[in-house]
Amino acid sequence: MTMLGDRQQLSYIASQAADARLNLELETEGMTLNIGPQHPATHGTLRIIARLDGEQVVWAEPACGYMHRGYEKLTEVRTFPQVTTLVNRIDWLGSFANEVPFILAAEKLMGVEAPTRAQYIRTILFELSRIANVSLFLGDLGVQLGAITPVFLAFRDREYVLNLIESATGGRFHPNFDRIGGLKDDLPAGWIDETRAVMKKLRNFCDQIEDLLFGNEIFQSRTRGIGVIPRDVALQYGLSGANLRASGVDWDLRRDQTLPMMWNKADWKVWTHPDGDSFARCWIRLQETRESTKIVDQLLGSIPSGPVMAKVPKIIKVPEGEAWVSTENPLGEMGYYVVSRGDLGPFRVKIRSASFNNISITPWLLRGVYVPDIVTILASLYFILGDIDR
Amino acid sequence: MKQLSSNSETTTPAVDVVREQMLEAIKGSLGDALIDSHIKPGDDLWIRVRTDSWRTSVQKLRDVHSFDYFGFLSAIDWMPSPYGRGEDDPTEPAPERDMTIRSGYAGGDTRMQVFIRIVNSTTHFGLTVKVDVADSSPSVESLITIFAGANWHERETHEMFGIDFVGHNDLRNMYLPVDFEGHPLRKDFPLLARMVKPWPGIVDVEPLPGGDEPELAAQDSNGGDA
Repeated sequence: MTMLGDRQQLSYIASQAADARLNLELETEGMTLNIGPQHPATHGTLRIIARLDGEQVVWAEPACGYMHRGYEKLTEVRTFPQVTTLVNRIDWLGSFANEVPFILAAEKLMGVEAPTRAQYIRTILFELSRIANVSLFLGDLGVQLGAITPVFLAFRDREYVLNLIESATGGRFHPNFDRIGGLKDDLPAGWIDETRAVMKKLRNFCDQIEDLLFGNEIFQSRTRGIGVIPRDVALQYGLSGANLRASGVDWDLRRDQTLPMMWNKADWKVWTHPDGDSFARCWIRLQETRESTKIVDQLLGSIPSGPVMAKVPKIIKVPEGEAWVSTENPLGEMGYYVVSRGDLGPFRVKIRSASFNNISITPWLLRGVYVPDIVTILASLYFILGDIDR
Repeated sequence: MKQLSSNSETTTPAVDVVREQMLEAIKGSLGDALIDSHIKPGDDLWIRVRTDSWRTSVQKLRDVHSFDYFGFLSAIDWMPSPYGRGEDDPTEPAPERDMTIRSGYAGGDTRMQVFIRIVNSTTHFGLTVKVDVADSSPSVESLITIFAGANWHERETHEMFGIDFVGHNDLRNMYLPVDFEGHPLRKDFPLLARMVKPWPGIVDVEPLPGGDEPELAAQDSNGGDA
């Protein structure tokens, strides 16, 4: 018999309180429902403790920490180039996108800028990891709402993108390809044509998903009006990415800040939705995947020739200073606050991950919803456990 | 060495007019609550406010200057780690380290500082606000009444740095077990993995297993599964 931890004790008290609570009108007793830590809706190991009154949630709270790996502490004993290995594993579905803001922060402190060709390739790989990440979301969404087919489509088409990432970087999930001052390597021969073909397939996939899922009446009735987040609440909680744009905030870090990346060289649209419900969040992600394929297509045509690596010293020492760089990652705003002391490694790195903020709204959002909607809301908020716990 | 494209030269002037103007406006509304500030032209703005007016300052920044988007809240321990980078040779005497506490941008008088990132959601102008926390009993006012999203960030900071947030009544651990002792992100908290087993990088040349010919032969005769 193990000792009850604080958290367990609290949930125990909560369950007792819920059980003691009697709904006088319906004469139902409350109960505590424990979802997870291992549940398909949790993308890892998140545990949701929900106190129910009949079918309705009275109080719910996610308990995270099942995957805390202490990356902020570990960065303090790593050198700057070694940190990318760690940050790859924060959001493991869009790994390359995690490397970019950290590398950009280090480059900002050093006053180095990657060559134009490297910036193009970075942007393309960034968008490819977004497509790989979000296409899995689109398939998984179906599974969580009871539709099996989309996930097969998603896994099939995501494979093409992963193959592309693998052939360019050597890694399917953890590329570790970005370097301070550029990229590890140039693109392999024939990669550009192959990517064009895959982008066509992916647009096809988006159309299929839109037909299959978004036009589906059951899907609509399960997501429309469920889990509505108003604009001001979204801002207060620091939601980002599609979750923020679904609440009507027209804000995309790819467009609204100047970074040495190439998004402004392509013609694309930032989609917003006024509703703020689960449907809006899913719909925005579908549109974003389409836009990403467009960005990739346009940038592929204009990659300049040249080196992919600026001249940086063999042993990288980053000058003293502080820098904050965040980018619009597949899950939302991912940023690093890097403090350097002129050493080989960072003095302190604060990792601002999107899912941590996105999921911190759940106690507010789940209050009063019905049990099946818990899964819908969690699915539509879209988080990766590694991105919450870090 | 540097490869600056032409457009980044034009967008990075020596004097950052937008940030200077914003700093003047903030100075006007915060008054003497603002202690120090720092501008990196074309990059970012840092300000430091007094500990006793932390909550009111952030409230003013949100209400007067419409910094309505909550980015994150965290802390920094400015004391250099007594363990260095965890690469000391345990057989050697402990090396001398410079343990003077130096603060970063916008200064600081204490070992630890809490800082937040807030952004104006319309103009997308962001700034970092820092506040000192007393060394003896590190505590600041909680921001949960201003930004609801600060809730989890303050819990995390409390757990990792041992900083108390007055007004936050639910500072449970998020990640660590309840009976965990210490605050992992403080610099004087050793990284246990490096304490238990010394960093392999301290050995210049590690003897390769089976470097000797006879041993190699013996291993081979065992079928190589020794």
